[in-house]
Order: sequence, then C-alpha cells, then structure tokens
Amino acid sequence: MSDTATAPRQPTVPTWKQAAAMSRDKGVYLALILLVGYNLLFTSNWATVGNLKLQLVIVAPIVIVALGMALAIGTGGIDLSVGAVMAISAALAGSFLNAGVPAVPAVLLVLACGALVGALNGGLVAVVNVQPIVATLAVLVGGRGLAQLIATDQSLSVDDAIFLRLGSASLLGVRMPIYAGVVPALLVTFIVLRTTFGRRVVAVGDNPIASYLSGLPVRRTLITVYIVSAVLASWAGLVVTAYTTSSDPRTNGLLYELYAITAVVVGGTPLQGGRVRILGTIAGALVMQTIVSTLNFHNIPDSVSRMVTAAIIVVAVYVQRPRAGS
Amino acid sequence: MTTGPVDASAVLEARGITKVFPGARALDDVSMVVRAGVVHALVGENGAGKSTLIKVLTGVYPPDGGHLLHHQQEVSFANPRAAQDAGISTIYQEVNLVPQQNAARNIYLGREPRTRLGLIDFGRMHRDATAVLQGLSIDVDVRAPIGSLGLGAQQMVSVARAVSLSAGVVIMDEPTSSLEAREVETLFRLIERLRSAGTAIIYVSHRLEELYRICEDVTVLRDGRVVRSGRLAELPRTQLVAAMLGRELLDEKARQHEAPGQDVAAAPPTLSAQGLSRRSVLQDVDVDVRAGEVVGLGGLLGAGRSETVKAILGGQPIDHGTVQIEGKRIRTGSPAAAIRAGIALLPEDRKLEGILPHLSVRDNIVLAALPGLSRAGVVSDQAVDAVVDRFIKALNIKAFGPGQKVGTLSGGNQQKVLLARWLCLHPKVLMLDEPTRGIDVGAKAEVRRLIDELAEGGLAVLLVSSDTEELVEGSHRIVVLREGAVVTELRGDQVTEKALVHAIAGAPHEQPAAAGE
Repeated sequence: MSDTATAPRQPTVPTWKQAAAMSRDKGVYLALILLVGYNLLFTSNWATVGNLKLQLVIVAPIVIVALGMALAIGTGGIDLSVGAVMAISAALAGSFLNAGVPAVPAVLLVLACGALVGALNGGLVAVVNVQPIVATLAVLVGGRGLAQLIATDQSLSVDDAIFLRLGSASLLGVRMPIYAGVVPALLVTFIVLRTTFGRRVVAVGDNPIASYLSGLPVRRTLITVYIVSAVLASWAGLVVTAYTTSSDPRTNGLLYELYAITAVVVGGTPLQGGRVRILGTIAGALVMQTIVSTLNFHNIPDSVSRMVTAAIIVVAVYVQRPRAGS
Repeated sequence: MTTGPVDASAVLEARGITKVFPGARALDDVSMVVRAGVVHALVGENGAGKSTLIKVLTGVYPPDGGHLLHHQQEVSFANPRAAQDAGISTIYQEVNLVPQQNAARNIYLGREPRTRLGLIDFGRMHRDATAVLQGLSIDVDVRAPIGSLGLGAQQMVSVARAVSLSAGVVIMDEPTSSLEAREVETLFRLIERLRSAGTAIIYVSHRLEELYRICEDVTVLRDGRVVRSGRLAELPRTQLVAAMLGRELLDEKARQHEAPGQDVAAAPPTLSAQGLSRRSVLQDVDVDVRAGEVVGLGGLLGAGRSETVKAILGGQPIDHGTVQIEGKRIRTGSPAAAIRAGIALLPEDRKLEGILPHLSVRDNIVLAALPGLSRAGVVSDQAVDAVVDRFIKALNIKAFGPGQKVGTLSGGNQQKVLLARWLCLHPKVLMLDEPTRGIDVGAKAEVRRLIDELAEGGLAVLLVSSDTEELVEGSHRIVVLREGAVVTELRGDQVTEKALVHAIAGAPHEQPAAAGE
C-alpha cells in the first residue's frame, strides 16, 4: 500500500517517537545509502562494474522470492515453503530438460507445478484453516524430499542452450537474472498499488473479519496469494538453475525462506499484516546482500557475518514491533 | 428499596467501590452485600460495570476507592489467586478449561495432589475428582479429555472446580448462555445444592426467567452505579428492565415519527427474512422491512438482535431460514452474495468487525465498492477519489485527509466512514447494529438524522439499539426479541418506550394501555 502522510499534530522538534516512526518507514533506504557510501569510500575493488553486477545477480532470486513473501506476510500469513518450492522447480527443470522437453514448455510446466504447490498451501490456509506457518512448514519439510525424489537424489547438469540464457545472457549490458528479478518486481508493485486484488491483500491482512463481512472474497484472496508466492519461488528456482547450470535439489533455494522473510521485515512490512512494501522489500534484500558482501570484502569470516545478519534481523523486528494505538 | 441491612450472613460485601479507567468511571460508589445461602442476581446492560465489579471482587483489579469485606473483615486481594484462596471463585461465560486435559486435571489444575517425590499423584487426583463430581451428582468420566465432553458437562466441571476450591462465594458470569435447556436444568439443580449448603452465589444473566426462578437478591447496575438493589421478588419485571435501561415509566412519550404513508405500508417488503433458526441462538425469527421504513429490533443483550442482522447478512451461520430481497431469494451464509443483492450491515463491534485500522479513510470507504470502481481489476483512482470526496463531505467526516489511518479517528468518525462504506454501494436494505454506541453526543444526533433521511429517501432500514429512546423515536415498527425468538411486534400507537420495556420484560400484561404497575 502506498505510504500515506499523516498530518503532524504539533509542529515541534522531532520527538523520539517521530524519529522511531521515521526509522521504521525510511530506515531501510537510509541503511542502504550508508552501506553503499561506506563501500564506495572504504572498500577497495567493491565499486567495480563486475562486482556490482555480481551482487545484483546473487540478490535477484532472493528479491523474486521476497516479492511473494511480502504478499503472504501482507495477509498476516507467511510462506515457509518457498525454498522447498525452488528445489522442486530445479528438480523438475532438470528432469524435463534432460528428457528433451524444449526450454519454453519446460519452464511453463515448472511454473504450473509451482502453482499447484501454492494451491495446496493456500487451500490448507484458507479452506482447512491451518495456521500459515504450520501449513507451509509441512511443505518446507516435505517439498525438498519430493524434489530429491524427482531428481533421484542427484544433481543433474543442465545443458539446454536456450534455457541457460536465462542465467548467462546479457541484454544492453545487463545480465538476464537481473531482468528476471526486475520484471516480476514491477508486476507485483503494479498489483499492490493499482489493483483490487492488491487492496484485498492488505484489507484481509488488516482485519479478516471485517473484510469477510464487507463481502470480500477472503478465501480466494489467500489462495491466490499463496499461488503467486509459489510461482515466484519456482521462477527463482529456475533462475538459480540456469545461473549455476545445474539442477541440485539439495542446495537450490536452501534457506531462501529466511532470506526472503529477512528482506521483507528489514524492508518495513510488519509481520502482523495489513501492509505490503515492495520497494522496501527490494531495498531490504539489497541491504542484506550488501552487508554480506561488505564483510566478505573485509575478510571477515562467514561465521561472523551470519551473526551480524542475525543482529540486524532482531533490530528490524524490534523497530517494526506493533505498538498500542498505531 | 434499600440496601440490605448488615447481617451476619454477609459473606462478601462491597462498600462504596469506585474504579476509574482513563476517560471513564467504570464503578461509582457501588455497594453490594452477598449473603451465605443466597443466589444474588447482578444485572445491567453492556457497559453497566458488571464485569468490572466482578473483577474487583475477584482481585483482578484493585479498587480506586471503597472497601471490600470478607466475613466482616476488610480485605484487599493482591491478585486473583488471593481471592481464590479466600474462597471466591468465578465461572466464566466462556468455559475456561484446558481442553486437552481430563476433568480431574482441570479440577485440580495448578494445585494437583503430590506424591512424596513431588510428582502428581494421579491415583489420588482421580479418586478425589470422582468424589467431588459424585458429591454434586455430576456424571462425568474424570479421565475423558474435557474437549470431548459437551458444553454442559464442561460447565459442570467448571462448577466442580469452583466447589472443590471450597469456595464460599461462587460467581457465575452468564453460565447458561451456551447451554441447552436440559443442561440448564442440571445447572440449576447444582446451584440449589450449593445454595442449601450455604454457598453465596453471584449470578449474572440477561435471562429474566432464570433470574426470577433462582435468585433471591438483586443488584442492578447502570453506568457504573447501583440503581436498584434488594429482594428480587419485590421488583416486578418491568421495573427491573426499566432500571437496567434507565427509563422512567411514568409518562408516555409521544412518538415523534410519522407513520410511513399508506402506499409504503401496503408495498411488498424489500427485505423479508423468514424462519431464521440456529440452535440455541435463533428460533424461527421473521422480519420484514419495506422501502422507506425503519424497523427496530428490540430486546436485551443476548436476545438475538445482533445474531438476526448477522444471519440476514450471512455472517452468522443458520440451520434454516430464508432471506428475500424484493421477492427474490438470496443465498444465505454468504456476506458477498447478500451485499450483491443490496444488503448492508453496520456491525455492532466497530473495531473487530468494521474498520481496517491501519488502512486509510479512502481505502476503508471503498473497500466493498472496489469492483464497481475498477476496470479489469485495475482500480480507477479518479473514480475512487470522487466517491471518497463526496462521502467525506456528505457525512461530514472529520479527518486530516482521505489518507489518514482510520484507527486514529474518533469513534463517531469511524462510524461515519463505515456508513460511507455501505452507502456508496447504494444498498436497498441498511441494517444498523448499535449505530450510536460509543460515539459522542454530536455525532449521535448526526447519525440519527442521517438514518431518518436515508429511510425517507426510500431505503429499508433495520435498526438495532439498546437505547430504547433511540429505538422508539427512530422506528416505525419494533420487533421485540427474547431468547432468540420474536415475542411481539409493536406498531403504530404501540411504539412507546413503556410498551417496549413491557415487551422486553415479558410482563404478563403486554398491552401498553393496561400496563400500570
């Protein structure tokens, strides 16, 4: 939903409260600017075209998954299955392509299978009334198993030339995975800001009972959100498969549900629902990736960088916490 | 009637209890004497202060003024546990037991008998629980999980828990609201046993039949004050209801409302709901509303008024019954279908069922109208702004702008936003459930005037209100509900507060003319 300005009640010096509200709404952009500025000044070899491209390619699948996650969280739910869906998507893509299915139908088939998983999630949440965290946890656990079953528990190398372009080709000097992230980001932004469906997502997240009593199709909205999330996750799985030229159901999408949730939360979408911030989510994903790369460039071990990430999540959730009267 | 004299049988006494919350005086100089072996009725409408008083008596809230006496000794309970230890226990309306645990565990929850090793002594617990239940003639398997028992049996286990605390005072907060008739009888037998064993019982209920059957003393609260107290048998039903509702029955108020024209009265109904039924909630409720007519739904809390309008909208499940709009039957059980057919409901609980607090005034107003304001699923901002601007002006909604979050508006303005949400759909039937509750006087008058104008404009209006004055002045006809069933309908000259109070009370003489007390 668009951020709406509330007229200030008293034109005074910004209070601690207002500063907190400010950091909640704009903090992620400020953090991104500070991080990039720091690296421009102090990190040698960071601001090279090659590295920036690489960072964007790495962050693209996270952004794709986080878009769906932002919608699910906007309804007051969550989708923990996205990483497993990426694995299923990778396994299916490997199987189809190695069986000689041409790239385009293979991609469409994989996305359709993703939609099926999303329908399962949505059905559990909206019809069976299972809590989203539990419903999608089942798929998180079982989905990767299914993926390994499909791929007969092996990593398949993918060599379909047309499919691999999704990972390696460039257009106007920009790598394909970046386009693969930008296009869905624009689409989801449009959906959130301009469509009735986008309004329903936040309405259901803000007050499901009132939405139902106002005649909104609450169930259909929830099911659609989980389908969209799973299709986006499938797409991300395909991008990673193409980029790594291999379909590995054991590693593809591993922990992506956590990366996506982090991006959404750091980006300012409250976990209790009722609000979706797409631009913030993208910025959140960029912030997290920039932190990791900054620490890498300064030769700080991965173990430390994980703890820094954890600390940032805690701070972001603290700033986002629901407060009385807000 | 006077407050009962201080006598030795007083187990629990409140003297001049005052409790202030920010912005509201919930209890103001409330006194009440609860006697051993007596069932004491505590009655009052929503917001009268019953719950607050119970919470003060049970140590949940400390009083801001006044004294609590337990067996003539002044006491102050630091927390609910302290009150419980003193022998005061509460049975809530909603059964609050642990559903996965069995009856014995629930009865001894938090105070399980221990073995020498500090482990729970299950054998003894089961034996003791069985003894307690048998002592009360309750036939429940102590080993069965509570969740597998009927609501009645669960309620009995709650009572057993209260009794096994050796409670000198048992407070029952609407214990029968979810019980079947047969289960109510069992509960009453249980209450009688407790009473004759010398237990003092505070009984909260809106069901007048029950009160007059089992209660001896009564305290009536209104707006945080005691308005009547004494022996219930000496207080006729009509006067009890009048006291609860805060109405004087002395003078007959002339209706200010013109009856709708002949053509309106003869016209086929716009809304016709027939035989709405839901086990232990609604029994064969029929309501018709014609275009241009305001029909009131009267009754006490829990009489089935909100359930009726919700059933018509489809938000309250029903076992059977039909709803017709202009002679066409609509699908029940689906708010979306009802709204498409032209039904709108301003819900009773604004926060829970009405507003989307974190969304803007704009988004709240057009929530239900969005499909009509968009093309191919894309919202037309122009169309939305036009509607929003029109209704903000027409209803005089006071906000910084259409972008302000609804949660930050005053109650009256939130109510207007919700009204706008429905009016921009151009409904045929507008149902209003307590439209003026919790909003300030100025906004109240505005909302009432608006309802009149809407009816004059040809809308069929169904009005629910606990404010008898509002109901009488606003309605052409009033359908009176009691315990989920229609008991009478007041028309024409019968639409007076006096007749309404009589009808709600279910007094033997329902004719307003003959009803002199």
